[in-house]
Amino acid sequence: MTPAEYHACDRRRHPPALTPNYKTSVSRSPRFAALSLQNSLSEITGPVFGHNDIDPIDNDLIRNYAKEGEPIGERIIVHGRVLDENARPVPQTLVEIWQANAGGRYRHRKDTYLAPIDPNFGGCGRTLTDADGHYFFRTVKPGAYPWRNWVNDWRPAHIHVSVFGRAFAQRLITQMYFEGDPLIPRCPIVQTIPDPAAIDQLIAPLDMNAGVPLDCLAYRFDIVLRGRRSTMFENRLEGN
Amino acid sequence: MPQPLHYLRETASQTAGPYVHIGLAPGAAGFDIYREELGWDIAGPNAEGQRIIVEGVVIDGTGAPVKDVLLEAWQADAEGRYAHPDDPRHAEVAEDFRGWGRVITDFETGLWSFQTVKPGQVPARRPLGPAVKVRPQSAGERTDALGRGHQGPRRQAPHINLWIVARGINLGLNTRMYFADEAEANAADAVLNLVEQVHRRETLIARPAGERDGLPVWRFDIRLQGDGETVFFDI
Repeated sequence: MTPAEYHACDRRRHPPALTPNYKTSVSRSPRFAALSLQNSLSEITGPVFGHNDIDPIDNDLIRNYAKEGEPIGERIIVHGRVLDENARPVPQTLVEIWQANAGGRYRHRKDTYLAPIDPNFGGCGRTLTDADGHYFFRTVKPGAYPWRNWVNDWRPAHIHVSVFGRAFAQRLITQMYFEGDPLIPRCPIVQTIPDPAAIDQLIAPLDMNAGVPLDCLAYRFDIVLRGRRSTMFENRLEGN
Repeated sequence: MPQPLHYLRETASQTAGPYVHIGLAPGAAGFDIYREELGWDIAGPNAEGQRIIVEGVVIDGTGAPVKDVLLEAWQADAEGRYAHPDDPRHAEVAEDFRGWGRVITDFETGLWSFQTVKPGQVPARRPLGPAVKVRPQSAGERTDALGRGHQGPRRQAPHINLWIVARGINLGLNTRMYFADEAEANAADAVLNLVEQVHRRETLIARPAGERDGLPVWRFDIRLQGDGETVFFDI
């Protein structure tokens, strides 16, 4: 593939840095505008991962931390494709997820919520997309949990998703929500995103066709990264 | 109505949250799950080049260290080659060199640190505008902000690309770390020269900070907001 630059980051799609209803953003948001760079080799390249980096079981959260049994909770498959804005699949890219257990408790030394840890559930997984950009995980549906923002704020059920893409310019961390959750419109973190259509894009629909009868349900979550520019009349990068 | 454009729209970013370690550095969250955590081998033991330690803290708008931040580094090897197929010289990348690292801060102090090799100079963009032959110039002549007025391939000053996520950061922040001992290359660097306020360029320059384990230490503090705010880039 010819090296190419990426479409400009769609700033209307992403949350702004300063979103006061999500309190922590107030002291952690830059006050000056980001300086726009045109892509050089530093931005159009990024880390490459292979099957040596991970194990096949890493995408199965029902088994990857099982000790004496399986985790408690609603068994689900989460699957989808990683695409770019041109609808081209992003193959061989690393997708990592992390989440709370079915009761909304994270396996993290800093989480002190009173809901108990599940001894058979770690809460993280990772996988590489295949040649068509497809990925899948098996896990349990996470529970909602409370957090210290406004007095009675609760996060909707969500799974954190990290994806690399082909270039450092495509690096993304986001959160996946579940169809029909009434906490979604009440969440100050969801509502950092100004465009309702961009919020809808973070909500995974129930996908009955992808589940396994008498075993587990499934949700579908496609991820769109920045597109690579076409090369017509390209003012090429040095050295290419 | 004009014809519709059928591009997909980017998936929106969300904060990595306070428990980012569970997914990306589970050992720090308090449990072992993977055969190997990724991101601890930016430059393996056999990678050529000058070995250095880079460290710093990320500071919030109140002046306090951010203790739940996660940083990723992306850099070229000591000869300025990226370990990625879009770099024309990637086949020659140093043995054992990956170029990508992931670090978290100490929960008590907020200090982060990684060991790597000092990157070489990587090619810069060609100048904007039509391809015009630039008249030959003396070797000492500087380029302008777009890299014009220079013979031969333009090179960026040695730098490490950094990406920062944390609770309270809605969209990962991109910045670059340059080196104080590369004054000449820094003065000619097209990206540093894009920063209009000359004093703000200083926020991108790491300073020497002694030695540890026999290796030179480079200190790079990142200020998210307020006095001395680090320059962040829309890449």
